[in-house]
Amino acid sequence: MKDAVYRSHVLVCTGTGCSSAGADSLQVELEDQIAQHDLTDEIKVIETGCHGFCEKGPIVVVYPEGVFYCEVGKKDIAELVEEHLLKGRVLEDLLYREPVTEEQIPSYHDIDFYKKQQRIVLANCGKIDPENIDEYIANNGYEAAGIALTKMDPGEVISEVKNSGLRGRGGGGFPTGNKWEFAYNTKSDKKYIVCNADEGDPGAFMDRSILEGDPHRIIEGMLIGAYAIGADEGYIYIRAEYPLAIKRLEKALSQAREYGFLGSDIFGSGFDFELHIKKGAGAFVCGEETALMASIEGKRGMPSPRPPYPAQKGLWDKPTNINNVETFANIPYIIYKGAESFNSIGTENSTGTKVFALTGKIKNTGLLEVPMGTTLREVIFDIGGGLTGDNEFKAVQTGGPSGGCIPAGYLDLEIDYDSLLEVGSMMGSGGMVVMDEDTCMVDVARFFLDFTQSESCGKCTPCREGTKRMLEVLERICGGKGASGDIELLEELGNHIKDTSLCGLGQSAPNPILSTINYFREEYEAHIEDKYCPAGVCPELAGAYMIDEEGCVACGQCARACPVDAVSVQDNEIYVIDEDLCISCGACEEACPVDAVTQG
Amino acid sequence: MACQCDNEKKNIEKYLQPLEEILNNYQVPAESDIDLKKKKKKDSEIDPLTKKKFLIPVLQEAQDEYGYLPEEVLKRIADFLELSLSEVYGVVTFYTQFHLQPRGKNIIRICMGTACHVRGGSQILNEMEEQLGISSGETTDNLKFTLETVACIGACGLAPVIMINDGTYGRLTPDKVPEILNEY
Repeated sequence: MKDAVYRSHVLVCTGTGCSSAGADSLQVELEDQIAQHDLTDEIKVIETGCHGFCEKGPIVVVYPEGVFYCEVGKKDIAELVEEHLLKGRVLEDLLYREPVTEEQIPSYHDIDFYKKQQRIVLANCGKIDPENIDEYIANNGYEAAGIALTKMDPGEVISEVKNSGLRGRGGGGFPTGNKWEFAYNTKSDKKYIVCNADEGDPGAFMDRSILEGDPHRIIEGMLIGAYAIGADEGYIYIRAEYPLAIKRLEKALSQAREYGFLGSDIFGSGFDFELHIKKGAGAFVCGEETALMASIEGKRGMPSPRPPYPAQKGLWDKPTNINNVETFANIPYIIYKGAESFNSIGTENSTGTKVFALTGKIKNTGLLEVPMGTTLREVIFDIGGGLTGDNEFKAVQTGGPSGGCIPAGYLDLEIDYDSLLEVGSMMGSGGMVVMDEDTCMVDVARFFLDFTQSESCGKCTPCREGTKRMLEVLERICGGKGASGDIELLEELGNHIKDTSLCGLGQSAPNPILSTINYFREEYEAHIEDKYCPAGVCPELAGAYMIDEEGCVACGQCARACPVDAVSVQDNEIYVIDEDLCISCGACEEACPVDAVTQG
Repeated sequence: MACQCDNEKKNIEKYLQPLEEILNNYQVPAESDIDLKKKKKKDSEIDPLTKKKFLIPVLQEAQDEYGYLPEEVLKRIADFLELSLSEVYGVVTFYTQFHLQPRGKNIIRICMGTACHVRGGSQILNEMEEQLGISSGETTDNLKFTLETVACIGACGLAPVIMINDGTYGRLTPDKVPEILNEY
């Protein structure tokens, strides 16, 4: 069958962000409209993975011009087809507008969000149809695997990866090449390779987007890894909460089998490899490698002490190599372009790029990929477009529940594994949550600890009991019952938990608390000594609300909104709040049409 | 009155029929195949130790079928995989995905991830709790809704966000909640 040639391709982003914003109905509408105008033979609609710019979704890109339309609604489709696809006129209303100058920017590459990015891992995301293996192959897909399996021996593959300086993208940053070498050196009749796609950090969605947007890249990375260490069987352990990623992976696996990239005698090299998908069952700790293996074996997903390392005794006691999704996604590039090409990007000890999920109080929420060594300021202000509203930047949280909060003073910090550790945070999987002055740092610390505490598997005492005690202290502080000495108690407990926990979950659980105490100690002190929450977040400490007499228009909406009847009207038609009754819920402030309600 | 034991047994058999169909896909090869396979050195599939690896997938499929994991189902699975019931129970209670109680027809998951937290996810939860008259983790009496919180569903660009079954609703404010519930 000869593939038809189309004069134009319309790419509709169907990543989770855009899908939930209504991209699914767009695609149906597009095909309808195209058919109505009799353009079906000329224009092809393609579903792609995530473009990264989730803030502006749903995103539609028209090629060959590369016109980037954002926040496209179903109602816009008829016009888009008629104007752009039929008459060739760009629809200016749907173009991205530069936030400051309001200038419309038609092309992808001129938008600030994309300009400073360098895309290796995400190269294909948003550009190809993830459900079509031919499109991956057309972009040099499986070529690296072909080179590795037919022209290199396993030792050469490993030394190439070692030379590239690639470090594990799942958080710890262990050199990938060395990890492979350990597994390679262990003699065994059976070895396994595992991809950790149990992305559980709140605020992180990079692995999900890679799997949804370019699943074959992971399969190829794993195939090369399996060849290097001598594994003939592999597992992709993926969160069950990612149904679209699972569906695309399943499809990709069956296509790869059909094309002979999985199965026996791959590329005629005599190498056999089979890959399975294993769905997680909802346990954060399973992102830890020993717990993950226990879960694949069908056990409770609890970590076990190392040594023995997985490279010696892993799945079913066989040597096993585990890497994260993003790590595998870098492998095809390294083999295809060479280690030098890879290690020329980034910093000396952290080579290559890193994908970050930028969220929180930021204008351009989304997924971005930058070279290691890019500063926080560039990521947050140049790519992220700065903060929403007029608020000041306060801190950025990196590394999810294992990381810490970095204050404004470190905005010019060059991001790499080591620099983040030095300031008390960590790379983690690459979540980046931006916080402004309305964010209470004690509340943020409590939020993360609440998460790690409930996800603690309970096997080792420091993590099980320690995080619970720390959470109690934090809740006490947020609830206005903090006592002097609580900060020191948190520090002491935190350091002990870090030193004595069995796995990475416990060892890093105190980081959000310790780093916020380090940089925002005065906020903790305000909570404890002054019984006051400077950000106005902790309800018990936020202070009573007041109505400004001058501004009040006596509409009475506050009184109706108040759940405890603390607002009453005086004879002169001015509303007042009874401080003793007020529970500081803020309902009156929300209800007030003239912003006359303020918090004391 | 005649003894009902037999009847009950038949009922259970009928009840477990869909489970049997699931288990059929996890059949361990028959004895004769084992010998054949052993010759091919492909023994990992039939090692009794590794039979356990079917446990989580079997539980997942059984829960999809029954909506939760009733005791009878767990007993049959334990029997089939040659595991003790306590081992199965241990796994079921370890993972948050598995449920021992019946669940609502529609599962509402309120995201409490970092991005949703800083953008007001808890207000959405409060509104949901008020509208449904249940707390997080509970099911309405008519079994129509189950309300849960999740750590992150990875759609931070849409924060605050919730999922009802497989549908996602993003950029929510509390006043949108009643409208969404009306769709179900």
